[in-house]
Amino acid sequence: MKVLSIALNTFRENLRDKLLYNLLVFALLMIGSSVVLSRLTLGEFHRLILDVGLGSINFFGVLIAIFVGIGLVSKEIEKKTIYTIVSKPVARYQFLLGKFAGLTITLFINTVVMALGLLVVLYAQGVPVEGMLFKALALIFVEFMVITALALLFSTFTSATLSAIFTLALYVIGHLTADLKVFGAKMDDLSRGILDGIYYLLPNLERFNLKGHVVHHLEVSGVDLMLIVAYGATYTAVLLFTASLIFHRRDFR
Amino acid sequence: MMPNSDLVVQTEQLSKVFRVGFWGKKVTAVGGVNLEVRPGEVFGFLGPNGAGKTTTLKILMGLIYPTSGKAWLFGRELGDPQTKSRLGFLPESPYFYDYLTSREFLGFYGHLFGLWGTALDKRVDELLELVGMTHAKDLQLRKFSKGMLQRVGVAQALINDPELVVLDEPMSGLDPIGRKEVRDLILRLKESGKTVLFSSHILHDAEVLCDRVAMILKGRLVACGKVTDLLEQGANHQVELVVDRLTPEGLDHLRPLIDKVVTQGDRMLIVLKSQQQVGGALEILRAAKARLVSLNPQKGSLEDLFIREVSGHRSSSERRAA
Ligand SMILES: Nc1ncnc2c1ncn2[C@@H]1O[C@H](COP(=O)(O)OP(=O)(O)O)[C@@H](O)[C@H]1O
Ligand SMILES: [Mg+2]
Repeated sequence: MKVLSIALNTFRENLRDKLLYNLLVFALLMIGSSVVLSRLTLGEFHRLILDVGLGSINFFGVLIAIFVGIGLVSKEIEKKTIYTIVSKPVARYQFLLGKFAGLTITLFINTVVMALGLLVVLYAQGVPVEGMLFKALALIFVEFMVITALALLFSTFTSATLSAIFTLALYVIGHLTADLKVFGAKMDDLSRGILDGIYYLLPNLERFNLKGHVVHHLEVSGVDLMLIVAYGATYTAVLLFTASLIFHRRDFR
Repeated sequence: MMPNSDLVVQTEQLSKVFRVGFWGKKVTAVGGVNLEVRPGEVFGFLGPNGAGKTTTLKILMGLIYPTSGKAWLFGRELGDPQTKSRLGFLPESPYFYDYLTSREFLGFYGHLFGLWGTALDKRVDELLELVGMTHAKDLQLRKFSKGMLQRVGVAQALINDPELVVLDEPMSGLDPIGRKEVRDLILRLKESGKTVLFSSHILHDAEVLCDRVAMILKGRLVACGKVTDLLEQGANHQVELVVDRLTPEGLDHLRPLIDKVVTQGDRMLIVLKSQQQVGGALEILRAAKARLVSLNPQKGSLEDLFIREVSGHRSSSERRAA
């Protein structure tokens, strides 16, 4: 119940945040602009709309997860609003979980709104919609969870600005980890071991990217899909657990 | 030391050392504080800015962990989840969720105590009434003045009808009317049987409100006890006379008894060295046919006591340095 009320309060806070609406409007503009772009290219305009559309949803969703998500904990500590919560019978981990859940609700609604925007564009342009599109959207949402948990983890021990920078950096690196493995394969044992270690430690965010499958009409098996979701969920849980441990020990000063 | 379950707050050699800056320089914010707050009393935690009041209260509220020493609330160790439902806390210059209206704000804190529905609405209305904010119940906190924030802050601290109310500088930044309202509220809380622990750097606030006080300076207690006892200690027992038409000869007779004299035309303000001089002084005045306008024994104040303690502290630390 406590987690729920903190989650609902966080959701309400997000709803009253202008930044959220600005990002959402930009996302919808980007999705809409794919129509104009596709007119400029010959042929493959279906592909371009899907590519730009899914890319925009991913990019802006991540921005929301980071910039709204960072505020969740760092801002509460910097503005000292957390003082009145922690002195109530609320365990610190409950506070974190509530914040996470609140942003999850916000992100879910945002993803739905952006997806609807994309569907409208696809429909207007007569692009056929396949089931794969929804699988891709679902995985984008799982990626948002991982990013949110990362942002939350950083904001339990650094400032809002640093958390934003770290999370953004990990988002970029997380999409390049596959290259790390390829790179490591050409090296000696020790270097390969280290690179492999980093590879398994960092979130492999490319796993959540099914854009190529949608655009090229490839399939993903149900089992693979489940495995990817399980990977995202486990990664998120570990991040949240670590965040709780750090948060439990820290001073609010 | 064993915790005494009759005490509401108890600390034993409570200390907090902060590490600041790049090199982790140590700053002792609180250095071995022993406090005892008894049930039903108003306890003032007094000292200048930077003395360690907020740090001590934050330790008690579970916001920071002590470096050493121990503390108990209701005879239970800090961090016991049961105690938190029995206390209310108003932080120093509080910041709140400014996107909420007063009603949403209090509603949210109510939820944290498992209050929902009509029971919650009733409690929120009661509290808004108590702090005189009924008119602003649908106004967002971002539009509030400092005084209004302080009031909803107090309401927030009382949402769970706590046994112990901890207020950090509840009167700072308020105008005289606002301060009087906070004072009245504290007295009302005491009447309803609650224990109140508040900090202040304004000693006068405490004189009229508190049963007992502790004075802290640079992280160490310099005085602690009943206000009446401390006032007695702080008093210098001088007596102030206002006299009209005292002849110069009369004044000469009085000289040995006088500490200070201020002449203003026909009128003189005379400060006697101590209460023992009053009888003799009055006789001399009668003989000199002067007119006595008023006679005031000088009351001590916590401020006098504090200033004396501070200067004592200074000179002893200077001695140590020398
Ligand atoms: N977060 C902090 N980091 C470092 N030093 C601090 C911190 N908070 C307080 N201090 C230091 O501890 C001392 C006591 O501060 P504080 O408890 O806020 O005093 P008060 O509330 O009595 O004004 C001060 O010297 C202050 O500079
Ligand atoms: Mg303070």
